[in-house]
Amino acid sequence: MSDSSLAELSNSLFSVSVALYSVALVAFCAHLAFGRRRERAHELVGAAAGTGRGGVTVADRPAPAEATDGAARTNRWGVIALAVTAVGALTHAGVLVTRGLATDRLPWGNMYEFATAVVLVTVLAFIWFAVRVPNLRHIGVFVVGPVILALVAIGLGLYTEAGPVVAALRSYWLAIHVTAAILGFGIFMVSGIASVLYLVRSRPGADQGTGFVSRLPSAATLDRLAHRTAVFGFPVWTFAVIAGAIWAEAAWSRYWGWDPKETWSFVAWVVYAAYLHARTTAGWRGRPAAWVNVVGLLVMIFNLTFVNLVSTGLHSYAGV
Amino acid sequence: MSVEAPPRPATPPSPPSRPSAGRRVGGLLLRSWRRLTAMRTAIVLLFLLALAAVPGSLLPQRSLSQTNVRQYFADHPDLAPVLDDLYLFDVFSSPWFAAIYLLLFVSLIGCVLPRAAEHFRALRTPPPPAPRNLLRLPDSGRLESPLPPSAALDVVEEELRVRRFRVVRRDGAGGPEVSAEKGHLKETGNLLFHLSLLALLLGLAGGKMWGYEGSILVTEGQGFCNSFQQYDTYSAGPLVDSGDLTSMCVDLDQFRAEYEENLTASSFTAAIRYGDPQGEERRTTIGVNEPLRIEGGRVHVTGHGFSPTFTVTLPDGTAFTDVSAPFLPTDQRTMASEGALKLPDLGADQEDQLALEGFFAPTGLMQGGVLTSVDPRPLAPQVAIFAYQGYLGLDSGLPQSVYSLDQDQIERGRLTEVGAANLSVGESLDLPDGTRVTFSGYKEFAALQFSHDPGQLWVLGAAIALLAGLLGMLLLSRERVFARAGPGADGSGTVLTLASLTRGGGESGPRFTALSDDLQGALTTAAPRTAPPDPEVPPRV
Ligand code: HEM
Repeated sequence: MSDSSLAELSNSLFSVSVALYSVALVAFCAHLAFGRRRERAHELVGAAAGTGRGGVTVADRPAPAEATDGAARTNRWGVIALAVTAVGALTHAGVLVTRGLATDRLPWGNMYEFATAVVLVTVLAFIWFAVRVPNLRHIGVFVVGPVILALVAIGLGLYTEAGPVVAALRSYWLAIHVTAAILGFGIFMVSGIASVLYLVRSRPGADQGTGFVSRLPSAATLDRLAHRTAVFGFPVWTFAVIAGAIWAEAAWSRYWGWDPKETWSFVAWVVYAAYLHARTTAGWRGRPAAWVNVVGLLVMIFNLTFVNLVSTGLHSYAGV
Repeated sequence: MSVEAPPRPATPPSPPSRPSAGRRVGGLLLRSWRRLTAMRTAIVLLFLLALAAVPGSLLPQRSLSQTNVRQYFADHPDLAPVLDDLYLFDVFSSPWFAAIYLLLFVSLIGCVLPRAAEHFRALRTPPPPAPRNLLRLPDSGRLESPLPPSAALDVVEEELRVRRFRVVRRDGAGGPEVSAEKGHLKETGNLLFHLSLLALLLGLAGGKMWGYEGSILVTEGQGFCNSFQQYDTYSAGPLVDSGDLTSMCVDLDQFRAEYEENLTASSFTAAIRYGDPQGEERRTTIGVNEPLRIEGGRVHVTGHGFSPTFTVTLPDGTAFTDVSAPFLPTDQRTMASEGALKLPDLGADQEDQLALEGFFAPTGLMQGGVLTSVDPRPLAPQVAIFAYQGYLGLDSGLPQSVYSLDQDQIERGRLTEVGAANLSVGESLDLPDGTRVTFSGYKEFAALQFSHDPGQLWVLGAAIALLAGLLGMLLLSRERVFARAGPGADGSGTVLTLASLTRGGGESGPRFTALSDDLQGALTTAAPRTAPPDPEVPPRV
């Protein structure tokens, strides 16, 4: 296939992905609306360990969803939704693969490609957790919904024709630094969403009533998801910042110069470090810590959007 | 905040329980120290540091662009001086940024060193005795074995040792017991992380103190030596001795810019000769992402552009061949450039100076009578120049830009425009006094930068250690396992109560289950071999 038809295929796959995610969103909505809450034993696997369980009864690894589920019909929505999401993730990955083939380079050379990849990581991370902890499928709406919004915004606002990158980006550090940044960012998105839902779920009285809030996974499960993803994301982000500094030393002659992008990456790093601390500090556990995580997510989004689009720095030549 | 109580004249001298002033001050200091070194304070300081960095990214910074700061002053004449008084255009070198940085530093030292000492002690103390009620622990359970208690504990101990636990046997009140512990590496990782953070801050500060950098535009065929007088701009830390710079000179032989079909720049390379002026000369090629690294410094290509060359022939026939000056690119996509060529030494008279100011297009195109550039490659170079004669004011004592003429001189009438033309290579402009200016071609120039940062490798090492410590702290877990042996229900054999306490490292439940399954297996296989049991063997301590 020629480069230009590959690039066109990439664009079509982008639309297909958005369509598939939209179908998944509808199924997730149905799951949340009609699905019954799953039994607690399954949930505990995702919930905080060490909350007074006695005996050697903790072997409840998440069983495959269908196997143990008597009232499967309602939960079938969750499986369908997850399956469609997975297919969407495949075509989504296809967007990047075809673009990479069309341009003969890693497909994260500009903001369109970078943001598309970040969203893909978010989706994959969600799938990973939703497969292992079936109860987490109930948050699918709140992951896939923002994913669709993000993709539409990316497609409309950031679209860039497939093409080569400038000389400064032709370095193996592009692969190292940007890949780590994409991974970290995508994971932090899941973490931030989990913390937002935790804040909703842990409000007093959220357990009563029959609204969708009571169908969300328990606050402990959400808190744990937020923490585990942040624990994964933090070293990755640390590495991304370090790798960026090493690259900057080669490309811009100094490893750190308080360029706007560098500054905001540092701010984000600090906020996530504060989140990890807050979670182990008396008086900060729970809601205050979750707020810190939400601030972290806002900083990351600000860093990707405002800093790239509005402020002028060395990173802005990454192109929009 | 403290409120001072009014003096109470009627009260007798303070009772002996009231501490002396010295002790009170001491107590206050101790309390402040404790507060400063609390983890909570460190978080607040970290937040402050992040917050303090924010204006640095939203307002123009002198360290990044003097021009933008000047523009800001022009746009906000009232606000800018106020912001400037608050150091908001020099955030990262401001006293308040330094204050936060230093407080964080002290706070870190204060919290890490005692922890390190404690960790060192903990490494050499045996695991603590088992808690009284093991079944209260989050992960706990019972195992049964036909073995006698001591033999059953032997099996447990063996299994735990294989798993690299440190194991202690004790005779507790509730029966013989085993305490085991592993995972001190987690705490080691934590300390390594926090200490590396300290080291990193030190390296950063050291680099700022003893580091320097200088930038210069070098046209093909020219060169420079590493000294502050030669650089167009330089900056140096307060502890740099300008007599102590790395001894090195660089000559630019050739600069090449290559482009893709769609005019995206694909590579910039500069062929240079370099070396100690007293030593041998070496050749190499440097480029974007590929600086020259030598002992004591680095040479980077930070930009490039064109220096149009002119031949100026005076009316008396004296010719100045191929004089040139770098024109700065104003648009990186087309390399449209602007600049000025100043020729102060043409004639004997001060008023005979000549200057050309204008626009260079590597590939020129006339659009509506205006010259523009349509391609960054020098396919059809053209210039649009204005020629001035008069006094340039170069020796007036006031600094002026090399890339433009002094507007004051023109306004004062000391420098007058005497001609203007759009020229292609080989074309000439004749001035009224008979001087002929010929656009003879172009050379490329490279913006080169020499940098010296002695803290750099140190910072890299600290960053790697920091990451290693972080991974250790986040991924490893600290685990304690306790087992207590009691008599079996029917009087023979043993009931083992087993429990574990975990910190960090993900799911503890499945791990505990796996451990107890393994122990049960080991107990079962051990049973026939050690039978018949000898209950008289005293438990080992
Ligand atoms: C007074 C200064 C500090 C103290 C006393 C301190 C103490 C601690 C402690 C005790 C932990 C382990 C938490 C636990 O597992 O229970 C920890 C973890 C951590 N610290 Fe600090 N710290 C300080 C400053 C900092 C700073 C300046 C940073 C830099 C951003 C930082 C980043 C971290 C990170 C990322 C973790 C991992 C949290 C986790 O285990 O989930 N700390 N710190």
